Amino acid sequence: MIYFDKVSKIYNGTGKTVALEDVSFAIEPGEFVSIVGQSGAGKTTLLKMLLAEEAPTSGSVFFESTNINELRDAEKPLLRRRIGTVFQDFKLLPNKTAYENIAFAMEVAGRAEEEIAADVPHVLELVDLGNKMWNFPHQLSGGERQRVAIARAIVNQPDLIIADEPTGNLDPVNTYEIVQIFRKINDMGTTVFLTTHNKGIIDSIKKRVITLEHGRVSRDDKAGQYVL
Amino acid sequence: MFFLTTKRIWKSGFVNFWRNGVVSLSAVLVMVIALFMIGSTILLSAALHDGLTQLKEKVDINIYFTADAQESDIQAFIKSTQTLPEVASVEYVNRDQAKEEFMKRHQDDQLLLQALDEVGDNPLLAYVNVKAHDPSQYKLICDQVSPSGDLSPAKVSIIQNTGGCSEERNQLAIERLSLVIAGFQKFGLAVIVILILIAALITFNTIRLAIYDAREEIAVMRLVGADNRYIRGPFIAEGILYGIIAGIITIVLFYPLTLWVKSSTAAFWGGINLFSYYLSNFLEMVLVILGAGIVLGAVASYLAVRRYLRM
Repeated sequence: MIYFDKVSKIYNGTGKTVALEDVSFAIEPGEFVSIVGQSGAGKTTLLKMLLAEEAPTSGSVFFESTNINELRDAEKPLLRRRIGTVFQDFKLLPNKTAYENIAFAMEVAGRAEEEIAADVPHVLELVDLGNKMWNFPHQLSGGERQRVAIARAIVNQPDLIIADEPTGNLDPVNTYEIVQIFRKINDMGTTVFLTTHNKGIIDSIKKRVITLEHGRVSRDDKAGQYVL
Repeated sequence: MFFLTTKRIWKSGFVNFWRNGVVSLSAVLVMVIALFMIGSTILLSAALHDGLTQLKEKVDINIYFTADAQESDIQAFIKSTQTLPEVASVEYVNRDQAKEEFMKRHQDDQLLLQALDEVGDNPLLAYVNVKAHDPSQYKLICDQVSPSGDLSPAKVSIIQNTGGCSEERNQLAIERLSLVIAGFQKFGLAVIVILILIAALITFNTIRLAIYDAREEIAVMRLVGADNRYIRGPFIAEGILYGIIAGIITIVLFYPLTLWVKSSTAAFWGGINLFSYYLSNFLEMVLVILGAGIVLGAVASYLAVRRYLRM
């Protein structure tokens, strides 16, 4: 489903910074893959490449049979609609309510009003926020905001969910709940691609773990543990 | 699909406008200032144009005929004067009318009227009042009607003198006036262009700041797969709303303002009445101010969002 083929990313700023170097791995549909590594190991760069926000300096990234670096600008939104994204800082639209934030993702995908009216309350119930539908992000706690972000990510039933440090801003209780939601999503067949440096999460999930060190893949364990 | 997208874009624009309260209010207020400058420019140029027209109308030349000039010769002269392309109007005043005018003008001056009676015969000469299309053309007209000019009857001249032509001082005044009018017209145009540019820049900057505030939101919209049209649309709708509301406020503001200008300047302004100009050209003013507001808001939003849409 996803294939990173000898991907390198070098930033030419004041000095040459190697973010990723000769990274190759494949992810099958339905897998739950965690990427671990210290800050600056290149985890976020990997995710940005999947979203066509960054282009590799060399190598290719494939989503199914599509070479992401060869997409034209007009085609990038279509790719992003097939991928649900969850971030550490939630990235909700501050002027829209929880309902409207989720509805927005459906609107841009061209879904009908009736579908939106039916699906948004349903997905909010799934993340246990049915009673906070009309709250704005600033009226929600960190955990609740992240659950809205997850609801937005899954509402279009994407093939893949990518989550960049989704529990980085959350307390242990909320972290546990969010991880449970991701496991549930994965159990329903959606591929989940998660980055984290939370040892507890990785050890509890007991799924595939790819370890990045200084931009290179140092380990790829099928039922891995957090080893650094 | 197109209608659904358009509906969603406008709905989103309205909601953003309402929820961004303070930002929307400040953008509208700045735009009111910009549109006010455009509206004032229109009114000022109308006042300037009217003032110049009045000034131009005050310039004319009188051509006096000799006392023994035959009516037929005078009529022939008037006819040929009217054919000159530079001439806007020719008004004939015969000797009796000239006397009547004189008596009317000096009705309070008994001494002068008695003196006129003493003379017995009508001492006033018949004349034609000639107005040119443009003050700069008086010299040409004067040249033609002078005793050596093309229009002067061949045998004996019926022209006594040409008031406004013969004196060098008048010539100079006419030439200067032509220069002043041309200068004012150029100056007025330059002021209009500069004011409109300033108005556009102020609006653009304010909207750019408002959208700078929303750059994170734009990034989020891109991440959830919104295409450029869907991201840009609500911002343009919001810009158009700024324009419409600012336009309406400006139009409403001009009503008491022109009324106040009218009453406070009537004594020395004399000529143009800005209030009645505003009312009689109300539809044009509304179209220009609302149109400028809508175009400024839409274009400024379009340009401001563009820089955050790079994929």
